[in-house]
Amino acid sequence: MAGEIQNPIIRVRDITVQFGTTRVLDGLNLDVKRGEILGFVGPSGAGKSVLTRTIIGLVPKVAGSIEVFGVDLDSSSTAQRRNVERRWGVLFQQGALFSSLTVRQNIQFPMREYLRVSQRLMDEITMAKLAMVGLKPEVAERFPSELSGGMIKRVALARALSLDPDLVFLDEPTSGLDPIGAGDFDELVRTLQRTLGLTVFMVTHDLDSLYTACDRIAVLGNGKIIAAGSIADMQASQHPWLRQYFHGKRARAVMT
Amino acid sequence: MNSDPKLERIAKGNALALCATGTWTASFAPVLERMVADAEKLAGGPQSIFIDVSEVAKLDTFGAWLIERLRRNLTKGPVEAQIAGLSTNYSSLVDEVRRVRATAVVDSSAITITGMLEQIGRAVAGVGGTIAGLVDMLGAVLAAWFRVLIHPRSLRLTSTVHHMEQVCWRAVPIIVLITFLIGCIIAQQGIFHFRRFGADIFVVDMLGVLVLREIGVLLVAIMVAGRSGSAYTAELGSMKMREEIDALRTMGFDPIEVLVLPRMMALVLALPILAFLGAMAALYGGGLVAWLYGGVEPEAFLLRLRDAISIDHFIVGIVKAPVMAAVIGIVACVEGLAVQGSAESLGQHTTASVVKGIFFVIVMDGVFAIFFASIGM
Repeated sequence: MAGEIQNPIIRVRDITVQFGTTRVLDGLNLDVKRGEILGFVGPSGAGKSVLTRTIIGLVPKVAGSIEVFGVDLDSSSTAQRRNVERRWGVLFQQGALFSSLTVRQNIQFPMREYLRVSQRLMDEITMAKLAMVGLKPEVAERFPSELSGGMIKRVALARALSLDPDLVFLDEPTSGLDPIGAGDFDELVRTLQRTLGLTVFMVTHDLDSLYTACDRIAVLGNGKIIAAGSIADMQASQHPWLRQYFHGKRARAVMT
Repeated sequence: MNSDPKLERIAKGNALALCATGTWTASFAPVLERMVADAEKLAGGPQSIFIDVSEVAKLDTFGAWLIERLRRNLTKGPVEAQIAGLSTNYSSLVDEVRRVRATAVVDSSAITITGMLEQIGRAVAGVGGTIAGLVDMLGAVLAAWFRVLIHPRSLRLTSTVHHMEQVCWRAVPIIVLITFLIGCIIAQQGIFHFRRFGADIFVVDMLGVLVLREIGVLLVAIMVAGRSGSAYTAELGSMKMREEIDALRTMGFDPIEVLVLPRMMALVLALPILAFLGAMAALYGGGLVAWLYGGVEPEAFLLRLRDAISIDHFIVGIVKAPVMAAVIGIVACVEGLAVQGSAESLGQHTTASVVKGIFFVIVMDGVFAIFFASIGM
């Protein structure tokens, strides 16, 4: 356990992912440290979501190794893997809520599978989670098709946090939210990270999120990490894409 | 670091301290819940109670909520329970759960007699709604069709041909195989039972009339309802779920014209073709069995078939095909467009599409039987 504190929570080494003949990720290395919020940026189609999905195990890789919580996901036993999966939560880009279950049932789904607790406690925890993500208790009995885009994101976050994971993956959490909603969401992620000691792996395009929420930023390009570091490092970088990204019109608007 | 959580009771003078130790996290939730439920029984005692959490190694939402719940339940009457020794790391978490109101969740799934009666009533009323929906769709399709007749260029030919390929061309192997087997079975059963009366040769009459008038078209229609009706419902339903149909509408297109009409036309053209192929396959299968199993030579079979059936039998069968196709198509499209936002709804409507499609096909067949009997065909 003591070693785990120094070791990165996610350690990605030399991974290569290929679709047909297109190489999306090419010998990529990445470390995510315990307790940090890592913002992950890159041009559209660079493979940000692919990397996330590869780490979670939804996309097969051609080469390389992935360690999460110090467990190598390739050589781990089913029980070890199950244990790792229980300790992470995933927020998909479209929410991926179960459409035939209510909000309450969606949030309780992982608890029902993994924990043997009373219905009363599950209901109370559900209400606590809903309050944490800034939703009213009335939302609990609604179906996903009756929610707005922002509410879906929040419910999906509540479900990702359902088992109080140590690590959450957020795939473009603020896309499709209004600036106020997006700002609230960043604040929320920050608060949850502080209160629950979360590690957050956040794929984002939102410059505001990068400035306000993230501790560290990693940039993906040409199938590799082209830069990683604080926001100041990013601004100082001479890489053409980074210069455009952090010194473009929109970036200046955020900084002022 | 992960040590079992404990809640010890220590008397301190007039007050009672509940000392929480160990890991108060989701993994230990069942144990925690039991401990907290035990401790809640202390409520209403004379001494004041405080909960000491300074020794807690790890706390998450589950643990924080259970401590908060314990505090609330111990706060009965004048004595207010306090939480002591809260580290700064966890105080924001406890503050967070403190805002939660314990609302009772009403479970409305209980089964009652009135509820069941209500469901029956709704289902009966729903029949009227179903028929209205079908008539509505029939009208909309006909209107779109007339528009296409007036402006033939607005016909979506590519889409129609694509659906023809899906429902007609690709269906040929399975339809031919199944009707061939049914023809074989009818012939075998006929010969087996007719032989006792020395009436083997009448199996040809039975096969000809049955296949051309009824089995050919009915069987094919049922298969098409299962194969293509369900596909139509699922396609339109998932388009509805992803707001694709709304998108069409906002661009000024009529979904009936763009999506429904090509599908309907493909189906109405396909079913007579498939019914014809099916009838031929069934006759071939029956003839083969009559020859190999019943000893009826192919020449004798054909001669007998020519005497037994007339063109009327064929017409009676094939005339039904486009009507049945229209019924299947309309049911499938109505169900597809009725899909709501959930995956469950898509499944329900696809099931309903096939069940209703087959039901209406059989009802139509009965209506046709009465009609042809009364005009003497």
